[in-house]
Amino acid sequence: MTTTPSPTPSTIAHQAVSSGRTSRSGGATAVAFTRQTWAGARVLIALTLLLGVAYPLAVTAVGQVAFPWQANGSLVTADGGRARSLADDDVVGSALIGQRFDGPEWFHPRPSEAGEGYDPLASGGSNLGPLSPDLLATVEQRRARVAAENDVAPAAVPADALTASASGLDPEISPAYARLQAARVAVARNLPADDVDALVEGAIRGRDLGLLGEPRVNVLELNLALETMGR
Amino acid sequence: MSAPWIAVGQILVLVAALAAVHLPLGGYLAHVFMSPRHLRIERAGYRALRVDPDADQRWSMYLLSLLGFSLASVLLLFGLERLQDRLPLSLGAPAMDPAGAWNTAVSFTTNTNWQWYSGEVSAGHLLQMAGLTVQNFASAAVGITVVVALIRGFARSGGGGRVGNFWSDLVRAVVRVLLPLAVVAALALIATGVIQNFAAHTEVTTLAGGGQHLLGGPVASQEAIKELGTNGGGFFNANSAHPFENPTPVSNLLEIFLLLAIPFSLPRTFGIMVGDRRQGWAILAAMGTLWLVAVGLLTWAELSGPGAVPQAAGAAMEGKETRFGLAASALFAASTTATSTGAVNATHDSLTAPGGGVALFNMMLGEVSPGGTGSGLYGMLVLAIVAVFLAGLMVGRTPEYLGKKIGRPEITVVALYVLTVPAIILVGTAVAIATPDGRAGILNAGPHGLSEVLYAFTSAGNNNGSAFAGLAVATPFYNTALGLAMLLGRFVPIALVLALAGRFAGQTTTPAGAGTLPTHGPLFVGLLVVVALVLVGLTYIPVLSLGAIAEALA
Repeated sequence: MTTTPSPTPSTIAHQAVSSGRTSRSGGATAVAFTRQTWAGARVLIALTLLLGVAYPLAVTAVGQVAFPWQANGSLVTADGGRARSLADDDVVGSALIGQRFDGPEWFHPRPSEAGEGYDPLASGGSNLGPLSPDLLATVEQRRARVAAENDVAPAAVPADALTASASGLDPEISPAYARLQAARVAVARNLPADDVDALVEGAIRGRDLGLLGEPRVNVLELNLALETMGR
Repeated sequence: MSAPWIAVGQILVLVAALAAVHLPLGGYLAHVFMSPRHLRIERAGYRALRVDPDADQRWSMYLLSLLGFSLASVLLLFGLERLQDRLPLSLGAPAMDPAGAWNTAVSFTTNTNWQWYSGEVSAGHLLQMAGLTVQNFASAAVGITVVVALIRGFARSGGGGRVGNFWSDLVRAVVRVLLPLAVVAALALIATGVIQNFAAHTEVTTLAGGGQHLLGGPVASQEAIKELGTNGGGFFNANSAHPFENPTPVSNLLEIFLLLAIPFSLPRTFGIMVGDRRQGWAILAAMGTLWLVAVGLLTWAELSGPGAVPQAAGAAMEGKETRFGLAASALFAASTTATSTGAVNATHDSLTAPGGGVALFNMMLGEVSPGGTGSGLYGMLVLAIVAVFLAGLMVGRTPEYLGKKIGRPEITVVALYVLTVPAIILVGTAVAIATPDGRAGILNAGPHGLSEVLYAFTSAGNNNGSAFAGLAVATPFYNTALGLAMLLGRFVPIALVLALAGRFAGQTTTPAGAGTLPTHGPLFVGLLVVVALVLVGLTYIPVLSLGAIAEALA
């Protein structure tokens, strides 16, 4: 794949180097810099075609064939199946992107600072610091509200239910927060409490490879399973 | 939430992976930049582009080539941003305003990837690919070319001040190193759930009956080089906290690995190219020590969760994702600020006070632990020269490093290098808090507000790009000022490093004598670490006292 170097015709870069052998005046430097900038522009355009067009297209082609579901956003349908295109009518969302669930019949996600809540056009967090009085007040309000909604002691509410995520799109909650909501959901849906508890336990994903990240429950998938069970 | 042993386990997995690639990747990099042969496709490219890849350039011409390429990069990116509403695949995104376009053009060309804008509404697919992804590669490659030139300066004896060919180094860094690795990394990321498509924003009806816009984009191809090239500019506003950029703990660890892989392997390349592998081990040991201490401190800070809000919530989970939790967020934060990446998987503004302080301190070290691709190693080599010089003063030995004498001209260049970035940061911060336009952007009151401004200028001056994002920076004042900080913080140090490379390349190598300080043992590693810490301490303790330290004591 390699060739030995051979002398090439005198080129722009080379001419510029040659002019650098003698002590250069400012004007000569300016000329050299202009030549180098044009050379840079030519190299940049070639790199743009390679890295900005060919590379992403090639990765897309392979990704779409090898991992079509993931490459298109891990889309899920109302019956709990998988979809490959946002244009499919029965797509209800992405398994990776949290969405709003407000009523007592749903498992609720974490608080979100993305727009009005879980708006992918406005991903982000609160950016409030660890001593922020505003954030402190918000946390206390959330603790009181979550405790009242679920009829549990305020001290029982876990941290993820009280804090907004970095993305505002966090699709998951802690197992503790999921378990805490199970009784309320069972009552609202008129389902046996044991069945909903079992659903939650089955939805818990452990740490990846037993070591990485944290145990978690995907809220959309849990609510989808709940809908399927209720039918 | 996270048991300490889980945190330790993740760190050990990461260290094992980095150790596994250290020798092969470091060795491969050395081969790439020492080989006299061009690939056939490279040769065809040089011929078509009328660029001479074989001219051995003086340092000054190498610098002019680098600056010319970077100027062309800034102009092309500026043009794409200003005209994006007229280009295809813009998804309806408007043209950027001039101050914003200037800021972003400089930001991506300087490997900073500071972002005042939200990618999901401000950048269409074409700008992301043809503009931003290209500079993710190019700016990383430019960093590598500079350190390769410096290493040649050490390795050559009486070479007339010639340090290699910029075009050949640039093209090889892209074609032989970054591109193949990025392809593999991008496909691995897709497997974990990172998206890679050209869909436009589409509204779907959610399970509960609401509406939600789901986004598409060629994300994985940009994510891979964003980490591998220590760039850090997110496709989306939430960066690597966004589930489409970083969907699982496995993708998270992969991204941390990618951003550390080249910076931690370059010391091996250095050892091979200067013909003494022990020199590479010493540099690696100093980098690794500083990184590991930062990881330990930041992990401890987030796990223990000091401060009113973490205490009230029961854990420092504000601004962190459930799937990562405390430990994997701390590991990412320490690694992204120790390199020049600046990607974030948690909001740094909401880190605990000591945690945020460690992130800030990491950048203030000048990003040498292990630092950005190329820039980390040249920063550390400059500190090694300072360490040799100080040791020489203490014991009355002639300071020399790798057989090159550190005389007055050399130490003058080094001193300018060490002073440049702190001057940019401290002057910039002072101007911002002294002007109404600067103060208007602050979100949090008191010491945390000062930290927001200091963090912004530290991030820009050091070409990191992470943010205490509470600061409202989408203003002409911050876009202009931070753009200048990024530009000067990148190219002034590069010019000084290349000048140093030229001087060393022109010197005849002195054989080590009885009076030569050995620079490969534990003693030197310790000295190097202390020099790095003392320099930062002397420079930044006053301003840190008013910000992070005051907050931690509150």
